[in-house]
Amino acid sequence: MKRHALTTRLWHWINALAFVVLFMSGLNISNAHRYLYWGEYGYDPADAWLTVIRFPAWATIPQRYDLAEARDWHNTFAWIFAVGLLVMWITSLINRHFWRDIATGPRDWTFAAWREAIAMHLGSGIEDDSRYNSLQRIAYGVVLGLLLPMMIFTGLAISPGFEPAAPWLVDALGGRQSARSLHFITAWTLFVFAAGHIALAMAPGQRRQRKAMITGTLGEETPRYG
Amino acid sequence: MAETTRRTLLAGMAALPMAACSEIADTGPAGDLFDAAEGLHRTMHRALAQRQALAREYAPEDRSPDIRGNGSISVDTPAYREQLSKGFPDWRLTVSGLVDNPISLSLDDLRALPQRTQITRHDCVEGWSAIAEWTGPQLSALLDKAGLREEAKFIVFRCADTLYGRAYYESVDMVDAYHPQTIIAHQLNGKPLPEKNGAPLRMRIERQLGYKHAKYLTAIEAVTSFDDIHGGKGGFWEDVGDYQWYAGI
Repeated sequence: MKRHALTTRLWHWINALAFVVLFMSGLNISNAHRYLYWGEYGYDPADAWLTVIRFPAWATIPQRYDLAEARDWHNTFAWIFAVGLLVMWITSLINRHFWRDIATGPRDWTFAAWREAIAMHLGSGIEDDSRYNSLQRIAYGVVLGLLLPMMIFTGLAISPGFEPAAPWLVDALGGRQSARSLHFITAWTLFVFAAGHIALAMAPGQRRQRKAMITGTLGEETPRYG
Repeated sequence: MAETTRRTLLAGMAALPMAACSEIADTGPAGDLFDAAEGLHRTMHRALAQRQALAREYAPEDRSPDIRGNGSISVDTPAYREQLSKGFPDWRLTVSGLVDNPISLSLDDLRALPQRTQITRHDCVEGWSAIAEWTGPQLSALLDKAGLREEAKFIVFRCADTLYGRAYYESVDMVDAYHPQTIIAHQLNGKPLPEKNGAPLRMRIERQLGYKHAKYLTAIEAVTSFDDIHGGKGGFWEDVGDYQWYAGI
């Protein structure tokens, strides 16, 4: 049976690649000024709310400190990331992937649904892998609807050439340096999500889901529901 | 002035795709992709915001306590030290290249022109920001005074400072050159510019990152290409570190 549309699968892997490049080049850019501030301005480390570690070369793109090249990678893949997300959202609304798989109902916000989702993942509950469970819907909804768009909006707000087009965006984020701090915080939130997402997907019981993400189908086994 | 401005703006716009194409021809596949993305950013910024859309201006109380000096923070030549100690009585700013009437102005000449004062935010490419009040004549006034020729595509800024033994310089296209907030600042927060911020003159190009805001300004030159200027990429950091020529992102 069909599990994921081709556009969903393509977006997932293109986005995964873009995220890796953006994250690692972002660590290189972070090394240029390792201090985060709130408000419109900030230049004095004494005013920083956070002093970020210096990320080692192996974790950055390129694998040496090079702000110009890191910015080239970052700003180029930002296009792939942003256009991909936009296309994915439009497609998901049209082909009903969003309404069918991501949108939550009142039942998805109950402890019973969450217990069931965890039990299902541990392999002792009802195995209905033809649809996302409540925790998956909530997690994917937060990532797709909140965190990924937040990366784009906070990124745009840091750009001095973009700001004259939408000064309200910088205001809404609390100023240019706040936008920069939020860009950093959201990136690391996504990193934590990605780490958990990969760990859960690599769990032994998820072989069928992994296959579905790559081939689009759940395989020959007869689904119990759907 | 209006007619010249419009014509030069159009010429500047026409030069954009040509400049992008020559860049693509010069570099490898990754470079091609990066240059294409850089061109796309510039095109999108100018499509989304009007070409003359202003960068944010702030109230006096929004200013930061200081504005950090970065990059070159002094000019280590006897001539500069002497000028600095005397208040720059003999400092000249020349406007030359593709102009009908090359001019050379003293600080008094610049102060006698109509002045623009703006409280704006300086965003360094490294990530920090500072807010300060800048005062000086608009670059457009100088270009009109010198009679900019239609074939001019870029404005190059020459500086008195050196970094790593190389002369600092920068450049912008005509859209940014004729932007109302592009000024030649001689005052910072109501006082003459301090040395670390570029005394006696520096550029303010408010919709671009800090490395475009050339300090210790000595000359303005109108050109059609960067081929014969230093490393040929249109600026010190562009030549030395392969920084993006369009610094709006």
